[in-house]
This record gives sequence, structure tokens and C-alpha cells, in this order.
Amino acid sequence: MALESGEVEKIAHLARIAIRAEDVSEYRRHLSRILEFVAQMNAVDTHGVDPIAHPLDAVQRLRPDEVTEVDQRERFQAIAPQVDAGLYLVPKVIE
Amino acid sequence: MHEMTVAELSAALAAGRISSEELTRAFLERIERLDPGLNSFITVTAEGALEQARAADRRRARGEGGPLTGVPVAHKDIFCTLGVRTSCGSRMLDNFVAPYESAVTERLAGAGMVTLGKTNMDEFAMGSSSETSHYGPVRNPWNPDTVPGGSSGGSASALAARLAPAATGTDTGGSIRQPAALCGVCGLKPTYGRVSRYGMIAFASSLDQGGPMARSAEDLALLLQAMAGFDPRDSTSVEEPVPDYAGELDAGVEGLRIGLPREYFAEGLDAGVARAVEEAVAQFRRLGAEVREIGLPNTRLAVPAYYVIAPAECSSNLSRYDGVRFGHRCADPTDIDDLYKRSRGEGFGAEVKRRILVGTYALSAGYYDAYYRKAQQVRRLIRDDFRRAFGEVDLIVGPTSPSTAFRLGERLDDPVTMYLSDIYTIAVNLAGLPALSIPCGFVDGLPVGLHVIGDYFREGRLLAAAHRYQRETDWHRRAPAGFGG
Repeated sequence: MALESGEVEKIAHLARIAIRAEDVSEYRRHLSRILEFVAQMNAVDTHGVDPIAHPLDAVQRLRPDEVTEVDQRERFQAIAPQVDAGLYLVPKVIE
Repeated sequence: MHEMTVAELSAALAAGRISSEELTRAFLERIERLDPGLNSFITVTAEGALEQARAADRRRARGEGGPLTGVPVAHKDIFCTLGVRTSCGSRMLDNFVAPYESAVTERLAGAGMVTLGKTNMDEFAMGSSSETSHYGPVRNPWNPDTVPGGSSGGSASALAARLAPAATGTDTGGSIRQPAALCGVCGLKPTYGRVSRYGMIAFASSLDQGGPMARSAEDLALLLQAMAGFDPRDSTSVEEPVPDYAGELDAGVEGLRIGLPREYFAEGLDAGVARAVEEAVAQFRRLGAEVREIGLPNTRLAVPAYYVIAPAECSSNLSRYDGVRFGHRCADPTDIDDLYKRSRGEGFGAEVKRRILVGTYALSAGYYDAYYRKAQQVRRLIRDDFRRAFGEVDLIVGPTSPSTAFRLGERLDDPVTMYLSDIYTIAVNLAGLPALSIPCGFVDGLPVGLHVIGDYFREGRLLAAAHRYQRETDWHRRAPAGFGG
């Protein structure tokens, strides 16, 4: 499974990761090698096999719908890159 | 006293022969003197450690506390520690001071353990050599030109070098057991759900499991006792009662059925490693275990399935690092897309980016069935192989890693060869089973690890078998030159 350079750029965009132009060919080489490797799975017939969700077949636990979190906004915002008046700042999104 | 095990230190503390403060100072002095050559720690928390040590001494003086009170421990830098940088080995979290405490570190601190610091690791636990850390590679004390294994390589290296008597690790595909094997120490990956993942930075949530690392099976039992248990803050934590692991330790192996999977002793296994493992199996036979060959026919599909499932979960988990609320943010973003893309491009290293991209591809429109769904079907086949096997045997034994420690840099440019370092450990994570690695010999001066896999929640049986073996052998007592007594 060899990827094209354009596919690498498309995946990088979907993952929101900037990749330098000079690195695209190395990513292409490594990703193609990994995809070729994982294709070994196709050697086994899995027709009719249910995909597994949890090795012990556990399901999500339910709990009462009660507020358990406490307000820690200040503590969380102390480590944020840019905040103002309790808000997280990012470049302008809406024109 | 750096040669003593946790159990021995615990007895010395209880008898008042040493204080926790003395002990802590001794380990901090060793870290300062010896760690520059190993790079096993990212952060040393000397001040906090001495405070905890004095508190532990006061607790013991009042006749309170338990077996771990006053014993030092090193935590993998993937466990959030309140007020202490928790980097996960990544530039992305270089400035991240955790705003809360993980369940594992909270429980061990509650038991009175003294935190020496945070250990180095592969970035976001993605690696098998501890070379991908933003803070530089970790070295193996048995030979500093070789890797300690990964991703919990800092914890393993620190234990082997006697810089800490106990440590924590996490294991998604072998990240506790493989470095334990390569550094000649002991490590246990518990059953999925046995130890809370709360506050443990997520890589692949259906596979990640925290566990203890130490220099004897007895010590693993003491540590697991304190770490295990239900935690409502982790949605996959299990509500199984925690047995008395120390009480089960002397159960021995007499009459136990041990299975040797023929697929584990095939092509790709180093001949010296195979010999050491076969000798350990012979030892178990002499101790009264019944050994038989078994089949795990889907073994060769485990690594390929894992390298779809783990990257898929990683691409989803790591989408939280967006440069908005915490972590690295690029300079002068022009718009929101630029903010995301450059923050992530700069904050993540090469292997993390590779895995996010593989996962993104596998989950993208049109490819889901061929990759993710297929991998989860294969995962069921692998789980069912183990289920069948545990109908016939009580334990499964084999090598932890196909080779001893490899040279630094040797596998960095070839991701697939690196991935195959975990060929025997990965299937265990896919099946959610408990397994441990203990030292069982040497090849050319480098340690070999014995891999023992148990049925779900049978950590006690695993530890008892390892403990029985360690009463007959002294591989776990060997120290690398320059780091021993």
C-alpha cells in the first residue's frame, strides 16, 4: 500500500499537523511501509467474526446524573497559553 | 542500602534500623551522581521527597503506616502529579504542570511512598527504546551504548542502576515488560482495568494499563497491592475485589500447568535468549510444574492489528493537544487552522506524528472497514486463542523480547523493525491479560527477560510463580558493573 505525496498532505491536514515540504517524502516512505506491514492482517479470513469492543466484554458503567466536578477554572487557566477575563484566547475565527 | 529490595527496606524501616529521610537522601545522592550518564529522570523532586520522607518517619514513629511507608519510588512521567511538571516526554507538555494527581501516584503517596521524581520515556509512551523523548535518549546501565527498551525505559534504567528501589510504568504494547527485560528488572502489566487509568496520560485507551516495576516479584506484589482497586473516575476500572497478593506469594508452582506456545519459539528469536528461557522452563519443571506445548495460531497477526488499533486510538486521544487550553502553542498564529497545525507540528516528535497520521488514515472515510474494523476482528481471534489456551494451562511462558538490548540509533529509521521488538508482549494487551517479565539469564553480558502470562485477574498466581523461581535463582540480584554494592 504505497501512498502518494498528495495523500500524505491530505492526511496531515485531517490530523491538523503541519509537515514541512521537505519531510513529505520521508513520511510517505514510512507510512507506506507501516500500511504494507499492517496489511498482513488480510491473510486471515475474518468473515462473520464480530469486531471486539472490549476484551472482557465489559460495557460502560452508569452513574447517577449528579454534578461531581468542582470549579477549578483558575487552576486550569493558570497553565493555558493565553487567557483573558476567564476566556481562552485564539486567533479571530468569525469575520 | 541501595541494593536492598522494597521488602528488605520495609523491614529495616519497621525495625528502626534506617529512617526514610536517610534512605531518601541516599537515593537522591545516587541520582545526582549517576544519572547524568543514563538520563533516566526528567525531573527530580528532591525537596518534596525529603518532606514526604520526614512525614513518613513521623508516621512510623506513631506506629502508623504500612509496608510501603517511607520507601522511595520513581514515577514514569506519564502520571499526572499535582504541581509537578508532567511532560510525557514531549515538547508538547514541556510546560505542563499537572493541575491534579493521578490515581496511581495518589494511592502510592497515600501508602506513604516517597516520590524521588519523574522518569524519562518514549514520547507519549510511543516507542520501544526510550529514544524518542524530547529530553534525550535513556541509556541502559548494563551497556550505555544500548537502549533500555521502552517506553518505560527511564523507570527500568533507574531500577537497574539502583537509583530507586521501586518505580511505576505503563504498558500499552509491552512498555513495562520489554524495558524490564532489557534492563534485568521485574515488571508487571496487570489485567486491563485492574489499576485505575485516572490521571495517566492516554495513548491508546483500550490497551493502556499502569503497573509496578521493581527488582523482585515480592516487591511487585507489595506495589500492586497498593495500586490496584476500583476507581469510579476511570470508566473502564473493574469492580473486582483485590486479593491479598503477598498472602498468595508462597503458593509455588507445584502441579501448575505451564504452556509454551510453539509460535513464540520460532523464527526471529535470538538463540541465546531461547536458551535462557528454556533453562527457566526446566527450572519450573524441577519445581513441580507440568510443561506442555500449546498453540496460539494468530500470534503473527498481533503486531499488524496493534499498529492499526493503537494509532487509531492515539489519533483520537491526541486531538486534545490543540494549543488552546494547555501545552505548546506556536508563535504568532495567523488563524485558527494555523494555530492547530503549527502547534501540533512543533509540539509532537516524529514517531508521535507518524502514529497520528497512520491512525487518521485508518479511520478516514472509505478506509474504516479495511483497517479498524478488520483489526478489531483480528483482535477477537487473538483473544479467543488465549481463552482456549487458558482452558488447558494455568500459565503461559516464553521470552519477553526476541533479543537483548539493541544499540542506540539502530532501529530509529525503521519503524516496523522497532515495532517487532514487542512481538511477544503486544498480543497480551490486545487480549487484556496480566503478564510479567523477570530476569532469567544473560547473553553477552546483557539481561534476558522471562515472560509469564496469566488468565484474567490471576496476578497472584503470576507473582507466586515468579517468586518461587526467584527463591531458586539469583538473576534478579545481579547488578550492572559500577551500579551494584
